Amino acid sequence: MDVLTLARIQFGATIAFHYLYPPLSIGLGVLLVCMEGLWLKTNNPIYHQMARFWTRVFALTFAIGVATGIVMEFEFGTNWATYSRFVGDVFGSALAAEGIFAFFLESGFLAVLLFGWDKVSRKTHFFSTCMVCLGAHFSAVWIVVANSWMQTPAGYHLVMRNGVERAEITDFWQLVFNPSMLDRLFHVLCGAWQAGAFLVVSVSAWYLLKKWYLDFARASLRVGLTAGLIASLLQLISGDYSARGVAKNQPAKLAAFEGLYQTTSNAPLTLVGYVDEKDQHVVGLQWPGMLSWLVAHNTQATVTGLEAFPPQDRPPVEASFIFFHGMVGIGFAMIAIAALGFLYFRHGSLHERRWLLWILVFSVLGPQLANQLGWFAAEVGRQPWIVYGLMRTPEGLSKVVQANVILTSLILFTLIYFLLFAVFIYLLNDKIQHGPDDADLTPTGKLALPTELTHQAKA
Amino acid sequence: MNLDLNTVWFILVGVLFTGYAMLDGFDLGIGALHLCTKDDTERRTLINAIGPVWDGNEVWLVTGGGALFAAFPNVYATIFSGFYLAFVLLLVCLIFRAVAIEFRSKQPMRWWRQMWDIGFSVGSLVSGLLMGVALGNIAWGVPVGPDGEFAGTFLGLLTPYPLLVGITTVALFMMHGAIYGVLKTEGALHDKLRVWAMRCIIFFVICAVTLTMATLLYVPHMAERVHNNPWLFSVALANMLAIANIPREFHHKRDWLAFLSSCAAMITLMMLFGLNMYPYLVYSLPDPANSLTIYNASSSPKTLGIMLVIAGIGVPLVIAYTVCIYWIFRGKVKLDRMSY
Repeated sequence: MDVLTLARIQFGATIAFHYLYPPLSIGLGVLLVCMEGLWLKTNNPIYHQMARFWTRVFALTFAIGVATGIVMEFEFGTNWATYSRFVGDVFGSALAAEGIFAFFLESGFLAVLLFGWDKVSRKTHFFSTCMVCLGAHFSAVWIVVANSWMQTPAGYHLVMRNGVERAEITDFWQLVFNPSMLDRLFHVLCGAWQAGAFLVVSVSAWYLLKKWYLDFARASLRVGLTAGLIASLLQLISGDYSARGVAKNQPAKLAAFEGLYQTTSNAPLTLVGYVDEKDQHVVGLQWPGMLSWLVAHNTQATVTGLEAFPPQDRPPVEASFIFFHGMVGIGFAMIAIAALGFLYFRHGSLHERRWLLWILVFSVLGPQLANQLGWFAAEVGRQPWIVYGLMRTPEGLSKVVQANVILTSLILFTLIYFLLFAVFIYLLNDKIQHGPDDADLTPTGKLALPTELTHQAKA
Repeated sequence: MNLDLNTVWFILVGVLFTGYAMLDGFDLGIGALHLCTKDDTERRTLINAIGPVWDGNEVWLVTGGGALFAAFPNVYATIFSGFYLAFVLLLVCLIFRAVAIEFRSKQPMRWWRQMWDIGFSVGSLVSGLLMGVALGNIAWGVPVGPDGEFAGTFLGLLTPYPLLVGITTVALFMMHGAIYGVLKTEGALHDKLRVWAMRCIIFFVICAVTLTMATLLYVPHMAERVHNNPWLFSVALANMLAIANIPREFHHKRDWLAFLSSCAAMITLMMLFGLNMYPYLVYSLPDPANSLTIYNASSSPKTLGIMLVIAGIGVPLVIAYTVCIYWIFRGKVKLDRMSY
């Protein structure tokens, strides 16, 4: 295989693996804030037990997220040096901001979240949990800023430096709020909240099926299903915004998502089907006018087809189509699952419906799969550009790196990541089987007393 | 030396990497010493000595890398693509170091703990070595073509001088880690660490003296600025005094001052490195005309200015809460059920 293919496979594989974990950190972070907040508000020890249990799961995901994340930062330089020279002025700034504003906050307060339970007051601990959660969200903000700039560059101009053209910032805020940034950030965050919420839902449903830790499972389900339903519904809204954004900013990408070759009004939306790339049409069940409606809220609106773009500027159609439809399909399924679970839970009969509990157990895979497919769709749909309209992917490659070197590192990372994943699943399963600690029902140390009493004791 | 934005960012990137060395340096040092004790409780105590803080410490490297990318993209691109295999190995080491801390104590099996102990220790040791080798190559000079791309090979990076810098870095981190360990432990482990720390100090002093001689003899451009500006010899002097002060304070059991002296030694070493490199970031051999400097490798002044605002807002906040967190976790390590 050539250098380009290997470099792309390596980057794709390492980022896909990495992206299993940060969404969990973001989503679980929000749920931890909810659980601990409920504990502070109600003083019900079950919430304390929940916060402690899910903190242990959080620690596991966080560690792998950190370990695999640093790889990404290095890979821009190792694999995509020419790209790095071209965008360093713009893209590098977002990465540096991510380090300063997000990672320090997240990892610093993580210490208190994980190890500070008996060392600080309840409010200080809650504050630390909030800061970890905030840090995780900031990291999403800055990385989405950087990635969205690659999709919809703004706030820059092209300049010749030392005989090489590159992008430089002209307006920092235009760069940050580039046309697709807010839509995509909202979309990514909803996906992350879903990932966290459905992990909680899945484990709790498993406990209900097994009739283990019933109080804990019900309380976790209440928080998890509520968050999961809200996130899934918000994801619907955000998906709508994103699709319209893509239609406006990256029409070739939208056309590839839907396999739309001819520019047409009353464009159909494919519900199930596949793209016949040779004959340039979609085979499957279509809903006439729906794509036009989604893009412009008008079934007669014209949607640009791939024919408007020269063949060398079109993304791979079949792959984009499959990734996009997979993501959307799962997105709707998650709404249905969350809604059903929520209704039966409110009705008080969820524990009798074992089929639904089994679905909830496996629901954890949904958001993870959709998050992966969504990123694939976003990045494959951006092709053949590494920076949309400015630089083609092959042009961004490092000039001095050879295929055998990338292949060696690719094999190395693959082996290590398989090992990490196996260990992660093994330890996660171990924690789930072990379940929550009954000792956590009676908070100890400084947590035992409400803060007013602690102050009185000190005085 | 005029204080333009490029120079400011040269200093700031240096500050970030120095902060990394002072903080994660002791994590890596503890890791390198980890296998010296066979006792499980002692190994756990060592891991928990760095448990709450190693993660935040590693962020200094991530942010340093990000700042290098943003401020001097050409250096980032040339070095990272040029040192490809070395950096991949560094990543592998950092991954094992990180996950081993998290995974090790999660299962009681002997083989399990042994496996992650080795991952933690070898990962930490080799990380320090590779960082030193990278730094040593930058000091020695690396082949850069007229197009600004690296023109050497992986094996070409493993020459004696960079390896000496690598070993010195490991010695420095081990000394730093051992002193930190002395501060954080009590009882039998404390006494053991005290013996190790003294050995590490001796090891480091030998390395530092050798490295200084080698630099003066074989890498004259790394002494040129101090040579031409005798008043800068004060930095070299401060460095020597800081290093000499480490065994002195340690002998008198003023461990905190020994730790701070170790930090001062790192700061002055990085200052000497920075002073003699300036304005080069990558010194090109054999043709210095191809060198990457803080001017021909930098981002635009506008970006450097924006980044300075970001750093001006972010860094004080980071320092403030980092200090708070170290304060919360002050004192000797006590193993409890939250510990690793």
